[in-house]
Amino acid sequence: MEAVSPTVKAFTFKDKRCAKAKPGQFLMLWIPGVDEIPLSILDVDRERATVSVAVKRVGDATSALHNMKAGDHIGVRGPFGNTFTLKKGKVLLVGGGVGIAPLTFLARELATKTAPKIFVVLGAKTREELIFLDRLKKLCGEENVLAATEDGSYGVKALASTLAESVMAREKFDAIYTCGPEPMTRAVLDCAEKFGVYAEASLERLMRCAIGLCGSCVLGCYRVCRDGPIFNIDQLKTVKSEFGVWKRDFDGKRIPV
Amino acid sequence: MGNEGLRVDLAGLSLKNPTMLASGILGYSAETLKSIVDGGAGAVVTKSVGLKPRSGYANPTVVQASCGLINAMGLPNPGIDEFAKDIRGAKAVLKVPLIVSVYGFSAEEYAAVAKKAVLAGADAVELNVSCPHVKETGAEIGQNPKILAEVVSKVKGTVDKPVFVKLSPNVVDVAEIAESAVLAGADAITAINTVKAMAIDIETAKPILSNKRGGLSGPAIKPIAVRCVYDIYERVKAPIIGCGGITSWQDALEFMLAGASAIQIGTAIALKGPRVFRSVVRGISAYLKRKGFRSVKEIVGLAHRC
Repeated sequence: MEAVSPTVKAFTFKDKRCAKAKPGQFLMLWIPGVDEIPLSILDVDRERATVSVAVKRVGDATSALHNMKAGDHIGVRGPFGNTFTLKKGKVLLVGGGVGIAPLTFLARELATKTAPKIFVVLGAKTREELIFLDRLKKLCGEENVLAATEDGSYGVKALASTLAESVMAREKFDAIYTCGPEPMTRAVLDCAEKFGVYAEASLERLMRCAIGLCGSCVLGCYRVCRDGPIFNIDQLKTVKSEFGVWKRDFDGKRIPV
Repeated sequence: MGNEGLRVDLAGLSLKNPTMLASGILGYSAETLKSIVDGGAGAVVTKSVGLKPRSGYANPTVVQASCGLINAMGLPNPGIDEFAKDIRGAKAVLKVPLIVSVYGFSAEEYAAVAKKAVLAGADAVELNVSCPHVKETGAEIGQNPKILAEVVSKVKGTVDKPVFVKLSPNVVDVAEIAESAVLAGADAITAINTVKAMAIDIETAKPILSNKRGGLSGPAIKPIAVRCVYDIYERVKAPIIGCGGITSWQDALEFMLAGASAIQIGTAIALKGPRVFRSVVRGISAYLKRKGFRSVKEIVGLAHRC
């Protein structure tokens, strides 16, 4: 357990299956007696058979998890879902809030496997919430990591998607990867389309079964848990009236994102 | 085997093949139902819908078990008024019969929801009188022949489309229940819903599902389901839709030989995806050809000859 920001903690635990996960995949974490929630995988250590997740305190389940002590029992199912595809050349990672977590896993895999030149744009409300900044600077080079904060306490005072657009306007990328609040990922995908760049986004929906059966997480014809959570730009073009606009609530009713 | 040999008439509905999507699986939206039809299904059944919206239970709502899944979703649905839009949307794009699964907390509620579903375009309704994990509906209705008969006749008196009744295996004599549904007017019987089950985490000594008890589906329940279909076929003349753990064409045939005119697939989609329907249909077709049958109708109930 490690505090990453005032509201985010990283948790590491043993799980042989999840330790084999690839960037972009998620797991279902059960907090006994409270809830079971989907979490993007932050990192794995195959030798030690451990997996890590970054959890922001937002509700009952995440608060209960934040209050747990090392050695307490949790349940884990996974890994689930598809993965980011590792591209070569020059890539841009755009992460917002706790959505930065799976991108750090991706950055490490990219650096060791296809070794593209990696640029990063991070966004958060404040400096304190810009998580894994140092880790990404070390992986991608300090000069290639740019940050935006909503209150201007670090980097430029802007939305991550606005900063990403200015970066895309002056550099030509082979791929863009994004994860974060859906208005941000939608804006990043719209920019990618404008500049004609391949892109992938990690999406989130209400998850129950996590194996593609219950239909809670559907987005257009896709099941986010099974066909996603990573979707490419061509797939997302087919769900424009839904992606970044609405999602289904617990009762299946459509609600704004 | 020509395509016509696979065609099934089910209580007035014409299915291009005997495979159907089981209720509860995907089935919220037109897009996901269409992906199931593209996978080869001959008909689709929606998630169960009630009069009012329901959020369902907190997670965990699904636990993996050996050879199956235990679920207690708690009937999440947006309510029939909202869902009617999805029914209309689905009706517009699907080229196969659309069956709306309906639940209620009284005979009047079942009838009110069924009426709205049919108005929105449902080709038939399937009464969920077998959900094992929500109180005062589902199995609590389907386990009592008298209350069940009341619900079925109320719905039959309200809608002019076929009414299917999906039964629970969690009863002493499933054939008796089926008989009571058919006497009350049911046009077809779907058998079976999930088998009441649970799972406990040994480290924390806690039931895993938030609702504690749930329903088991998947290959683990197939032999139970085949026996239920066989029992029901002996007692009622109405067509039977077999359901419970069907993963392969061999499984589908076993149900048909036991007496099912059509079959439903649900849990297998987790493993095989929507294309499971096409592979089951192909397998049935090859079997019919090999055995010299001209139509899939010829094999229904064949296991009762001896």
